[in-house]
Amino acid sequence: MKLHIETTINGEPTEFLCDGHETLLSALRNGLGLTGTKEGCATGDCGACSVLLDGRLVPACLVLAPEAQGRSVTTIEGLATGDALHPIQRVFLEDAALQCGICTPGFIIAAKALLDANPNPTEEQARFWLAGNLCRCTGYDKIIRAVLDAAAVMNEGAAV
Amino acid sequence: MSERTFDVVGTRPVRHDGVDKVTGRAAYGADANWPGMLHGALLRSPHAHARIVSIDTSAAEAMPGVKAVLVGAELPDTNASISLGEAAIELRDMSHSMLARTKVVYHGQAVAAVAATTLDIAKEAASKIVVTYDVLRPVLTVDEALAPGAPILHDDLVTKGAAIGPKTNTNLAARYEFKRGDLDAGFDAADVVVEREFRTPTVHQGYIEPHACIARCGEDGRAVVWATTQGPFVVRDASAAIAGLDPAHVKVVPSEIGGGFGGKIVVYLEPIALALSRKAHRPVKMVMTRDEVFRATGPTSGTKTHVKIGAKRDGTIVAAKVSLWYEAGAFRGSPVGAGAMCALAPYRIPNFFIEAHDVVVNKPKVAAYRAPGSPMAMFAVESVVDELARELKMDPIDLRLKNAVDEGDQAAYGPKFGPIGLKTLLRAAKTHPHWSAPLGPNQGRGFALGFWFNGGMNSAATVTLGADGSAAVVTGNPDIGGTRAAQAMMVAEELGIDVDRVRPSVGDTDTAGYTDVTGGSRVCFATGMAVINAAAEVREELKRRAAKIWNVSPDAVAWEKGRVIPPTGAKETKSGADAQPMSVAQVAAKMTHTGGPIVGRASLYAPMAGPGFGGHICDVEVDPETGRSRIVRYTALQDVGKAVHPSYVEGQMQGGAAQGIGWALNEEYVYNRDGVMENAGFLDYRMPVASDLPFIDTVIIEVANPLHPYGVRGVGEVPIVPPLGAVANAMRSATGVRFTQLPMSPPRVLEHIAAREAVAVGA
Repeated sequence: MKLHIETTINGEPTEFLCDGHETLLSALRNGLGLTGTKEGCATGDCGACSVLLDGRLVPACLVLAPEAQGRSVTTIEGLATGDALHPIQRVFLEDAALQCGICTPGFIIAAKALLDANPNPTEEQARFWLAGNLCRCTGYDKIIRAVLDAAAVMNEGAAV
Repeated sequence: MSERTFDVVGTRPVRHDGVDKVTGRAAYGADANWPGMLHGALLRSPHAHARIVSIDTSAAEAMPGVKAVLVGAELPDTNASISLGEAAIELRDMSHSMLARTKVVYHGQAVAAVAATTLDIAKEAASKIVVTYDVLRPVLTVDEALAPGAPILHDDLVTKGAAIGPKTNTNLAARYEFKRGDLDAGFDAADVVVEREFRTPTVHQGYIEPHACIARCGEDGRAVVWATTQGPFVVRDASAAIAGLDPAHVKVVPSEIGGGFGGKIVVYLEPIALALSRKAHRPVKMVMTRDEVFRATGPTSGTKTHVKIGAKRDGTIVAAKVSLWYEAGAFRGSPVGAGAMCALAPYRIPNFFIEAHDVVVNKPKVAAYRAPGSPMAMFAVESVVDELARELKMDPIDLRLKNAVDEGDQAAYGPKFGPIGLKTLLRAAKTHPHWSAPLGPNQGRGFALGFWFNGGMNSAATVTLGADGSAAVVTGNPDIGGTRAAQAMMVAEELGIDVDRVRPSVGDTDTAGYTDVTGGSRVCFATGMAVINAAAEVREELKRRAAKIWNVSPDAVAWEKGRVIPPTGAKETKSGADAQPMSVAQVAAKMTHTGGPIVGRASLYAPMAGPGFGGHICDVEVDPETGRSRIVRYTALQDVGKAVHPSYVEGQMQGGAAQGIGWALNEEYVYNRDGVMENAGFLDYRMPVASDLPFIDTVIIEVANPLHPYGVRGVGEVPIVPPLGAVANAMRSATGVRFTQLPMSPPRVLEHIAAREAVAVGA
């Protein structure tokens, strides 16, 4: 018996059917076609499936799909608004903070959660906040710089 | 060449595929779904070494939803091989490794496959397949494998190369020697000799995207494969041969690729998906779990190495002996030959002897991993060179400068070096502020070199001009770290157009000219050359079209920064007005009336590339109470020839350094006595995370490579080589302990610090 779930995804009221044991990651990727959220491990260790559940950073592989009932999910597909990329997305591009790009959606979601909670993180705070997201290509250098640069850009924008 | 100035090369434009990758739109291996698609699952061996007595698939086949079941006996046997330049793929071994026939030789080797309407059904059906095994004792290290009376993995294995060992009934797959001069006389002449033995563990490439594919065999016998791969043409040829199809009937469409580092040159799933699709008459999708990635793909060799180096009192190295034993995993083909050729590459040594052993053990068959074979050999050599500097009381960089190879020197591995930046790099390291910065308590500093040959091989490119003067460039190399941007920059450079008006794309095996793998640090170099040549062909055609418009000889038309320039006195043919210089867009607008579409094509085989040297400075801080070490400062220097997009060159240097640091400090396959990996997940296989590392400073050195029109050298592989030695040398400086076994994980560090203190108090 499939469960009927009513939720909000990237601001849109959304319904889907799922098995009771299905993960939110599977529902997003396979049921709803939102494949920007990636599966790197399915054990909560790599952060490639990071999403925001009611604004809180979670690995979608460790959330059951039925838990989305009545809640709000933000995925990478929901960050850009209209014509414009989110500042974190834009700065990731300008700072060349990605190589293969598979971890990028997870990092951008995790960075958004960081900057929502702490608009002025130190390098160390950024490194520890993002320690749940694995990147094998960059050595994290340009990712951390991009997150700090994005914070500066967003603070500037907020000040105007 | 060094005087050439560039307009686009050396700048840092936003990559063309970037927006798709920051918005989640880019489609990777597991992101595609095809109508009517089935899901495949594999049953894997619970034993590291066993004979397969029987396989009963009847319960699986009886399950509702199961559409096909496959066992190894159904795949044809082939003895063909595919050349990859750096190595060859033996298709028989690859086929047996991906789906066992009569014997399993590592834990996690697949023995049967199922395709079903859902993944849950496929997995449950696979679990219902009954395999009876005759369990054998596994061998897990080179010492165990070569011990008298050791269990033998393959009855038909014969030692290749200059063998002194047994010819058959052996686990020694190959033995090679390289030598020069008189080793004994060399050591007799040495004032100081240092000798050590080292071990490195099995480690994985650790790409974040698991292997994934979809295959569809059509009613006409033609097949399409969607796959995440570094080599779509390898997937085509290997999959066709293993599944028993004609490669003429197979098309491979590469997805975006989520990391590879050599591990996605190998084919694991695609032939199985093809064979299942052929039986089920529907597309079959297969995606590995992380557990499967660890147990049955990738890793690179665990090694034992023995290095002895002798020098004169003034630091001149006079003799070196290097012995290497590399685990191949369960089938022959470790990168020990490359390790042997890299081991002494930075040094001018008159007398040396290098021996290399390829040994099969009951672990997954190794795959290429970034500069395959070099990091382990150079870890050993660079550790011994560091000890030599201590014995001689010389600065370790000065000792290396004294013995460094330069243009005209004959490399230990054979050819004479052309222009290389090794000495420039060493001087830059010596004068870098990092080298002389003060150290804090419990901190130490180390330096080490790394070398890689870099690859050339086959590449092709097509550049198509639009009537608006924009251009499209197509190659067959999946873009694993910014090569589309680099290729667009090359077209922009050659045609003098805005890089934003070049559209780079990765073709499939039917639309792109044959191109070797994205690997060997060859894409920006060799495929880049094809792109440059194809763009130059467009440029020549633009001159011919202008000559037509002006009714002059093409030779009389000059080219200057994206414009064709008429000869003095030339008139526009139609109007009779004085001819004026025309932009690319102006000539392109007239293409229909001057001869039709403008397309440039180029293909090449580059037999050699420009060798690459890197040197890393590492500061480490060790907590004496926990044994935990932390990298506190890190500087990577590298001769890159010419940095096309410096941000992505820096990214390669930083990423390679981070992988090497992980190898040095924490990463290892932990096996139990039965040959079962006990840490097959990212929680316990501990790759570096953001909080483990500092910013990684980069110094780009550009000594132009004469084999490339811009001077480009391969970049990607070199930077994983120095960190193992650099971290170990820093640990030596911080703790007084010469670590000869990786990883230098906290328990091991603590153990050695305790042993050193016990000696110090005379216990």
